[in-house]
Amino acid sequence: MSEAAPLMVRFTVNGRSVEVDAAGDVPLLAVLRGDLGLTGSRFGCGLEQCGACMVLVDGAPAYACSRPAWSVADRSVATIEDVGRDPVLAALKQAFLDEQAGQCGYCLSGIVMSARALLAREPSPDRAAVVAALDRHLCRCGVHNRIVRAVQRAAAHLAAEGAAA
Amino acid sequence: MIANQLPRSLADNPRLDAWIGFDAPGQVRIATGKVELGQGVLTTIAQIAAEELDVALRRLRLVSGDTGEGPNEGYTAGSYSVENSGGALRIVCAEVRALFLERAATLLDCAAQELDVEDGAFRRDGRPTGFDYWRLAGDIDLSREATGGAAPKPVAAYRLVGHSQPRTDLPDKIGGGAFIHDMRMPDLLHARVLRQAWRGAELGALDERALHRAARRPIEILREGSFLALLGADEASVEAAAAVAREKAAWSGGERPPDEAAEAGWLMAQPAAERVIAEGEPAEAGERIEATYSRGFIAHASIGPSCALAHWDGTRLDVWTHSQGVYPLRQSLARALGLDPVAVAVRHRQAAGCYGHNGADDAAFDAALLAMRRPGRTVRVQWTRADELTAAPFGAPMAVRLGAALGPQGRPAGWSLDIWSAPHGQRPGMHGAVNLIGAEALSGAPSRVPPGDVPDANGFGSARNAFAPYDLRAQRIVTHFLAGHPVRTSSLRGLGAFANVFAIESFIDELAEAAGQDPVAYRLSLLPDPRARATIEAVAAMAGWSPDAPAGEGTAKGIGFSRYKNKAAYMAAIAEVELDEEVRVARLWCAVDAGLVVNPDGAANQVEGGIVQATSWTLKESVRFREGRAGCTQWDTYPILRFSEVPAVEIRFMDMASEPPLGLGEVAQGPTAAAIGNAVARALGARIRDLPLSRERIIAALM
Repeated sequence: MSEAAPLMVRFTVNGRSVEVDAAGDVPLLAVLRGDLGLTGSRFGCGLEQCGACMVLVDGAPAYACSRPAWSVADRSVATIEDVGRDPVLAALKQAFLDEQAGQCGYCLSGIVMSARALLAREPSPDRAAVVAALDRHLCRCGVHNRIVRAVQRAAAHLAAEGAAA
Repeated sequence: MIANQLPRSLADNPRLDAWIGFDAPGQVRIATGKVELGQGVLTTIAQIAAEELDVALRRLRLVSGDTGEGPNEGYTAGSYSVENSGGALRIVCAEVRALFLERAATLLDCAAQELDVEDGAFRRDGRPTGFDYWRLAGDIDLSREATGGAAPKPVAAYRLVGHSQPRTDLPDKIGGGAFIHDMRMPDLLHARVLRQAWRGAELGALDERALHRAARRPIEILREGSFLALLGADEASVEAAAAVAREKAAWSGGERPPDEAAEAGWLMAQPAAERVIAEGEPAEAGERIEATYSRGFIAHASIGPSCALAHWDGTRLDVWTHSQGVYPLRQSLARALGLDPVAVAVRHRQAAGCYGHNGADDAAFDAALLAMRRPGRTVRVQWTRADELTAAPFGAPMAVRLGAALGPQGRPAGWSLDIWSAPHGQRPGMHGAVNLIGAEALSGAPSRVPPGDVPDANGFGSARNAFAPYDLRAQRIVTHFLAGHPVRTSSLRGLGAFANVFAIESFIDELAEAAGQDPVAYRLSLLPDPRARATIEAVAAMAGWSPDAPAGEGTAKGIGFSRYKNKAAYMAAIAEVELDEEVRVARLWCAVDAGLVVNPDGAANQVEGGIVQATSWTLKESVRFREGRAGCTQWDTYPILRFSEVPAVEIRFMDMASEPPLGLGEVAQGPTAAAIGNAVARALGARIRDLPLSRERIIAALM
């Protein structure tokens, strides 16, 4: 066995510039959870089939579990931990708590990230639009209806705030 | 709520200080043996404790599932938590409150009845006395046994119980590091364990150089018999080597299950231990109606694969796990590893949703064994998606045969029910067996102890809800228990109730049809229990049930009812389905009588979650075996219900606050399946008796 040479890549996570070793196709999720200590993004399948690991890369939803970390070089990654900086994420989190849209909660951070991307392109999504945006996410506890309501609640809250501003 | 009858949890753990302490100023330590599985139990338990103590919820610090601290309440299972742990804490907290008030009254030279409690402070005539729980904590020795002598609050005085409370643990689960998967320790050793292809499978020779080559950083390979683990400081390298090991591993021997291991015909042909649970009456003369129903293997399919950590310092083993029972797990770990149980500390940490005996205990053994082989290091074992779907125990396949004749007024007579079932309980320690798959893979592992069925006192296993709730004079119930089933099966939400309620409620619809009666009216005419009738009447009103609704038109409603375990919560459900080549459940209404509901919103969340999950089981889920291996290695091969397939759900709780709380965590599984099954039968004009109600079966029925 030979230790492969490091492959340092630089990218932005939640507004912060970071440099990590991305050699050997190490998945972005491993870098986020391990090297960067951002444990909000979750390992569910490693196969792009459940969405627990969903993050945003340049604003678009991306599965962090299988995507090589080198592929985000010079790009901007957002995770659930961006909730302190991003008022839309904060509104989503609050709406999820208001609706008590969770049981075990394991799937939620990925779902919130997909919802964040949805609200960026469609500020007032109808139920069908929310369902379509979240359909690639799996929830085993059966909280789907509350989750859809929470996303619409966040949208309504943000719209009301925008109207007031 | 009866003062002189202690709940089982309190009888087992009678000391007050096992449950409560005032260790830190302004805080109350409340310990429970029940653990948070995603069901919100810690919030509910906190509500009950805070209510009896008259302290604010925020003052409670909950200790949960720790063998070093807190009561032993066995497993968090069977919808017993509110009844047992909640029941114990209700009595403990009422008694502690009374002890403190008595002490304060002595110091104030007044009668205890003159005092009341406001957020932990004792008041007299509404004015502060200067005393509170914390100031008097040193005066009162809580290392005494509960007597059950203090009367808990009357329901009418409740301020917290019966009112919705947000889950205390939810904020950290959206983004925070709330899960066992997020624990980080210094000097961590990551590990993957190769799972046996089937029970007893022996691992052939493996080219270790190929495993090392696949890893970018150094890894270690540990092999004992057919237990193979990869360890290293770099998780990605460990996983890369494990992927090669999974691909290259060759398996032989053992108990390779046949492809048809879940089919009704196969189950009914296997050697089985027969047990007559109820004798019934002789079969009625007249035309006998018989039907056989079945369900297959169902995977727990938690979104987060199992994980565990362990550390061995040469004398003491520390284990972190998401097990449902830290005390039973400790016993099994100690036995399998040759340790004294007191040398083992097992602590619960939260994980993704748990719906029964999943891979948590097995992952804990993996970590514990590896920690003992690498003293001084903390070993973290992470299961893969394939491990989680294929190596965790499955919900047990069952076949249920019902028979009856129609007597006067179309009433069933000569009722009989036969159940063929694989085991519903193979948890660690059950039936004298270690029951940890890692331990089974080791060289020299003891031969497997044949499992038994879940004891009747625990609400039955295969015969859970086998007693039909209807007025049938006498029922004959026989179980045919398949102890030798080659696939590892164990407890999954509802155990036998899922198949038994599906079968009984489908059969009742079949009898109603044979008798020319409306299914709702037929049930009401046969149900002696007024609470049961009330839930059915409530759901019929909610759904706008009409006896004249047409059948066989591609859309229809169906009803299902049961009282979980025949002693917990009642639920009546009506499903509305739309059907072409697939079933879509458009809407589901339900009425639930759970007595006093401690946290109504939390309870609604649990019931709706159960409905959605049971809809998924009913429409989609069944594990297929090919060449001895479970075919469900990923979500593509084990699909579950998606956002676009989830029904609209409407829930009503019956107003029964004056009645004791009834467990409701598993109430939805059976009635949901039955309601969908009956709706599909009406919409299709033909009945499918085997679950799931898959596309293939719908197409076959349409032919």
